[in-house]
Amino acid sequence: MAMAALRREGRRFAPLISPRPITAVRSSPLYPTLEDEGPLGLRHISTQVVRNRMKSVKNIQKITKAMKMVAASKLRAIQTKTENSRGLWQPFTALLGDLPSADVKKNVVVTISSDKGLCGGINSTSVKISKGLHKLNSGPEKETKYVILGEKAKAQLVRDSKKDIELIITELQKNPLNYTQVSVLADEILKNVEYDALRIVFNKFQSVVSFVPTVSTVLSPEIVEREAESGGKLGDLDSYEVEGGETKGEILQNLAEFQFSCTMFNAVLENACSEQGARMSAMDSSSRNAGDMLDRLTLTYNRTRQASITTELIEIISGASALEG
Amino acid sequence: MLRRASMLLARRPILAARARPFSTDLPAAPSADATFTEAWTKVIPNMDPPKTPLSFMQPRPPTPSSIPSKLTVNFVLPYASELATKEVDMVIVPATTGQMGVLPGHVATIAELKPGVLSVHEGSEVTKYFVSSGFVFIHANSFADIIAVEAVPLDRLDVNLVQKGLAEFTSKLSSATTDLEKAEAQIGIDVHSALNSALTG
Repeated sequence: MAMAALRREGRRFAPLISPRPITAVRSSPLYPTLEDEGPLGLRHISTQVVRNRMKSVKNIQKITKAMKMVAASKLRAIQTKTENSRGLWQPFTALLGDLPSADVKKNVVVTISSDKGLCGGINSTSVKISKGLHKLNSGPEKETKYVILGEKAKAQLVRDSKKDIELIITELQKNPLNYTQVSVLADEILKNVEYDALRIVFNKFQSVVSFVPTVSTVLSPEIVEREAESGGKLGDLDSYEVEGGETKGEILQNLAEFQFSCTMFNAVLENACSEQGARMSAMDSSSRNAGDMLDRLTLTYNRTRQASITTELIEIISGASALEG
Repeated sequence: MLRRASMLLARRPILAARARPFSTDLPAAPSADATFTEAWTKVIPNMDPPKTPLSFMQPRPPTPSSIPSKLTVNFVLPYASELATKEVDMVIVPATTGQMGVLPGHVATIAELKPGVLSVHEGSEVTKYFVSSGFVFIHANSFADIIAVEAVPLDRLDVNLVQKGLAEFTSKLSSATTDLEKAEAQIGIDVHSALNSALTG
């Protein structure tokens, strides 16, 4: 009978105090509270759900921290290569200038992107710029084709521009990047795609937190001749004597191909650097978010735990005082 | 002495600017960029236009009225810049038409390179490299850009390996069937015989 009275008293007080623990947990509305019945009809609010969530968030934090370290080390390795290759395209631009606004019939946009994800927004920016270039160069008798390097751009461009894609190349970074590989690639592109102007879209690496979308234009020898004749930027190209070869055209052809492979090499390296840098910052913000989430969950966990202890104590004390008085 | 000091002071900010250009130091965007930027903003108003290589490069000095005393050489390879704006007296490049000597005031030229020895003459010292192939641009303002695919200093070459390679490619040429194989073997022979003459001559 005393037990029944205890149970009754406990149950009478419990609803008065339980609203507090329930609202405390309800601040994170995603998980339900689990109440289980202990001996003497005491109710404990379970912290199991919160604990599981904390464990998974902590694991995520560890993984993203590790990914950041890996990206940092890969970045260090490839950054020296990139900075050394920066001298490679400058002589071509000094000689031939840069004419992104040249009016040509056959445009080819070479989009360089990464194979793996979790690298922030750099691939989306490259794809947006490629689509922008497509729009810019659309008109009667003009066509723009895509050559895609990397899985991420392929996924985005295949969705709506499938008929404009000429060539897709993936798994570029399986072996460390070197000039031979890129020149073979450039050769493939030049063999299979008819072009008047090649526009290479990539993210130039300025610093670990800043990546600038850039477009490098390589014009075919016929267009170079046309622009040189019409004067303007390339007007003084004719003043250059061309040594060797049967005709000037042959040398210009070799020059255009060499220019393409050199700019491609630099572009691929810069994009790889940007990818690693973007991944570093994405993983860094991710681990910071996970840390914040873990802090909030810890507070919730502690509140739930303390509330359940308080509930237990109150039930016991009220039961004891009921017995005495 | 004062002139040398002022020259050094003038040169150093250019080097610093090349290392990390501030936005104030960048040249004003030339007209080709402006037409591109305008066309872009008309068609795609929501996005910033992408940058072009011209905005990342130092502009070259214009052609001076008198012939400068030194030739400024940029010798670049895919994985390194061997010489960057180095002032030298003369370079001898292995063009397809033969060894070509380049002095300050040389007429503007575009030349393709064949495998051979490139020598850089600065005062009394001569540095020799074996280049595989590439291009050389000589500008009217006495700037020379040499772009090579591969270049090694001559003391890194091994005579025995060169002889072996030459013999190998000669046998490949005699046993080649398709035009492609013949062309590849011929290229191998050209490079190795150039290596040979570089080491012996």
